[in-house]
Amino acid sequence: MIEFHLDTRSGLSPYQQLVRQVRQALRLGLLREGDQLPTVKDVVAQLAINPNTVLKAYRELEHEGLVAARPGVGTFVTATLADASLAAHGLLRQELRRWLAKARRAGLDEESIEALFMTTFRTAAEEDIA
Amino acid sequence: MTAVIQARGLGKRYGRRWALSDCTLAIPAGRVVGLVGPNGAGKTTLLHLTVGLLAPTSGSIEVLGGRPAGSPAQLAKVGFVAQDSPTYAGLSVADHLRLGARLNPGWDDALARDRIGRLGLDPARRAGKLSGGQRAQLALTVGIAKRPELLILDEPVAALDPLARREFLQGLMEAVAEHELSVVLSSHLVSDLERACDYLIVLVDSRVRVAGAVEELLASHHRLSGPRRDPARLPADQHVVAASHTDRQTTLIVRTDAPILDPAWTVSQLGLEDLVLAYMGKPTHTAHTGRNHRPTLEVQR
Repeated sequence: MIEFHLDTRSGLSPYQQLVRQVRQALRLGLLREGDQLPTVKDVVAQLAINPNTVLKAYRELEHEGLVAARPGVGTFVTATLADASLAAHGLLRQELRRWLAKARRAGLDEESIEALFMTTFRTAAEEDIA
Repeated sequence: MTAVIQARGLGKRYGRRWALSDCTLAIPAGRVVGLVGPNGAGKTTLLHLTVGLLAPTSGSIEVLGGRPAGSPAQLAKVGFVAQDSPTYAGLSVADHLRLGARLNPGWDDALARDRIGRLGLDPARRAGKLSGGQRAQLALTVGIAKRPELLILDEPVAALDPLARREFLQGLMEAVAEHELSVVLSSHLVSDLERACDYLIVLVDSRVRVAGAVEELLASHHRLSGPRRDPARLPADQHVVAASHTDRQTTLIVRTDAPILDPAWTVSQLGLEDLVLAYMGKPTHTAHTGRNHRPTLEVQR
């Protein structure tokens, strides 16, 4: 079982944050096939958020084929995202660390690094779409 | 979709002052509605009209298809927790539940006892000896155990500290999830309600400035900033909610369902709080007047 949390400064809507946290947990292997997600009532009682927010997040996860609702029982994980890509994480992280060290040596502070990463990330994403 | 509250041209006048004017609303069922506005805007008046504590001066209001407080059946369908979560100081927690059971035909005693138990409230304790947060929880328990279809709460968290506020909203949201009730709650701070409500009404100076589903409001409002220009020369489908200018820059809060295509604008999303403030007519930031861009530093000796 995972526990949700909300970050009011993230810029993401609460429902998007819930979806992302489930995906993240699936990627990291914290959630596996067959695991149950917290019930809507539990999430709502913990985070003091609107039940529809949780329902919307769960519906989106269902639409993506990651979870399935069993009426009267709960919502269960039906797929995993921790596929072969997990093995590649270690190497990519190492490379990223090396790159970060290089960026620091070049005199970039945290904000500049983040800005550079985000603009490059976005440009690359746009080029992929185009 | 059935409306829980349907108001048409609703107004209430006290002497020569209109506390609420020309209020037209259709609130769908199953929502948690945040009623937001500054103190004195008319929030309590609107809530009192909804529960039938006040009669309208003009227009009409229907609640769950009936006249507010028009019949015993109507009274049973609507729960109301007035401002400052009123309880009887001399009565014990158990007395409050007994009173609730006597006065409400649909009273759910198991629910009430369960909630009191989980809150750790001593049934023998007098309400006057409870903390503010506990009193609010007791009032909420009575409101929920009545098993209304619509629960109305007037400034329920205004007097609570942040922890009690969170606990109160947790309890309320849990009840919404469990019993599928519709809720209207008012506050002068939107931040109190931001996570809880999915429908918003902004009331300023006795008038509804904007009302709608939070998601739709957030999707249709944008902050545009760019070179200075006259807001009157925007496309017709862009409604300007707020505008501020410096000598070179213009920043607008705009409502539109169409995408913003003009490349001169930098378009950013608006949080719920900024959106509400825009409608309240308070600028979210002070515009610089040109020459002096640097903040003045005060030197203290």
